[in-house]
Amino acid sequence: MNTATLPAVPAPMGAELALHDVLLGHADGAAVPGRVALRIAPGELLAVVGPSGCGKSTLLRTLAGLLPPLDGRVTQDGEPVGRPAADRALVFQHDALLPWRTVRANVELPLAIRRVPRARRRRSAADWLDRVGLAGHAHKLPHQLSGGQRQRVQLARALAGRPRAVLMDEPFGALDAHTRAGMQDLLVDILQGTGATVVFVTHDVDEALYLGDRVALPASGQVLDVPHPRDRDGRHAPGTAELRRRILESL
Amino acid sequence: MSVGRRLLRVASLAAALGAWQLLTSLDVNVWLRFEQFPTVGEVASAFADRVGTGPYWQDLGHSLRRIVLGFLLAAVLGVATGTAIARSRWAADLLGPLVEVVRPVPAIALVPVAILLLPTNEQGIVFITCTAAFFPVVVSTRHAVRALTPIWEEAVLTMGAGRLRVLFSVVLPGALPGIFGGLSVGIGVSWICVISAEMISGEYGVGYRTWQDYTIVDYPAVFVGMATIGALGWLTSTAVELLGRRATSWLPRPAARGAAETPRPSLRRPGRTPANTGADPSGRGADRTAVPRKEPVP
Repeated sequence: MNTATLPAVPAPMGAELALHDVLLGHADGAAVPGRVALRIAPGELLAVVGPSGCGKSTLLRTLAGLLPPLDGRVTQDGEPVGRPAADRALVFQHDALLPWRTVRANVELPLAIRRVPRARRRRSAADWLDRVGLAGHAHKLPHQLSGGQRQRVQLARALAGRPRAVLMDEPFGALDAHTRAGMQDLLVDILQGTGATVVFVTHDVDEALYLGDRVALPASGQVLDVPHPRDRDGRHAPGTAELRRRILESL
Repeated sequence: MSVGRRLLRVASLAAALGAWQLLTSLDVNVWLRFEQFPTVGEVASAFADRVGTGPYWQDLGHSLRRIVLGFLLAAVLGVATGTAIARSRWAADLLGPLVEVVRPVPAIALVPVAILLLPTNEQGIVFITCTAAFFPVVVSTRHAVRALTPIWEEAVLTMGAGRLRVLFSVVLPGALPGIFGGLSVGIGVSWICVISAEMISGEYGVGYRTWQDYTIVDYPAVFVGMATIGALGWLTSTAVELLGRRATSWLPRPAARGAAETPRPSLRRPGRTPANTGADPSGRGADRTAVPRKEPVP
């Protein structure tokens, strides 16, 4: 990878992720009821909406390769997913930054793991922090930031590794409404040009309708197309209102 | 610390010394017998005599070398064993029961084992010192590693990290606060054991010298030994404590703790951090509490 010319360099293609009749669950716990068959196209942003406890996080961890499926197959570009890889970054709801590392060191971590030379690491981290609006906070520790700032560092860290897929587990779930709207716009902004496939788990229907190309409802197994993805003005369009009603009914 | 509190601490020590001097110089004998007890003056002059001699410093060096060697060994072995037990089922099954069975045996009761196993007395003392510190370190490391939040590891794994990277970038740094808890306990126990082992089987060393002075009924010198043991123990504990504080300086400190200065008005959302009302006496919290910062919306 070439971080020297970031962000102008063309992004790697997004990954195609697929679940083939997968039974989700922990080996020592109850399985999530029902089997999941789902194909997520390269570069697509799939929002997953459902009440807590319906297996959304389990789905993400299975896609990440952290949790083997109880049955069925998980593939990336047709190849089975066996273990976690830098290809598929995971963004958590909170507290996933390493608290003993400065903001910059946290963002550099995925690059350090890939043994990117220090100077390029520095440049890339500075660039990503700049893009999420935290250029002046590089030397702070995570606990010195607000919740919204910490999530922005997490976004920068996830994207600094130039993953082909980003799996997001209610990343804005703990933020207040105002901060959350800003973060959604920031996410749309910084995903541009990365080409990454995104799976975005949320319990907020409006967030799903704004961000997603499609919305998946694990509770009923439906996957629905969003008429106006990432368009704030599309919120009041009749198609969106209809979809919103259908989603709320199914929950 | 304020001048008043400093004075109070000095006064407490001075009062204890004064009481000692009074009881011993008056040869008080009411059930507790102070006739043979050396006075503060006698101990002080014995101390002054000893400090000027080579053997005093030689003993000190011997004891320090033994504790540093034994303690460092215990720290490395203890952290490695504790981490292995917490992270691997194999290690937990193989080492866990062994550790639990040997742990209740006081380290000083292992003197016969040390004598049988190890060629020299010197190695025996280091062995006992090491064993004493080993168990507190193992136990606290095990707990600290088990208590780590799995999110950190998952985050680093999804960046493509291998086992070693997870160990050195997540597990060990994350467990460090707990590990230092064990190290602090360990240095205290191992200091007790180095002195005891020297008394039993040593050649040279502060413990050995103190016991020698006792056998020749040189009581002021015994007290010089005790004072030396106390001072060295305090020194080694403080060293570990300072090292620990340095290594875990990233831990968020509760800003409200300690004497409150004038509370700074906080413009942050209420309930976000405990730093809202109290002022951080070290000033570290200043940038957190005093800067009115609205969440910028990109």
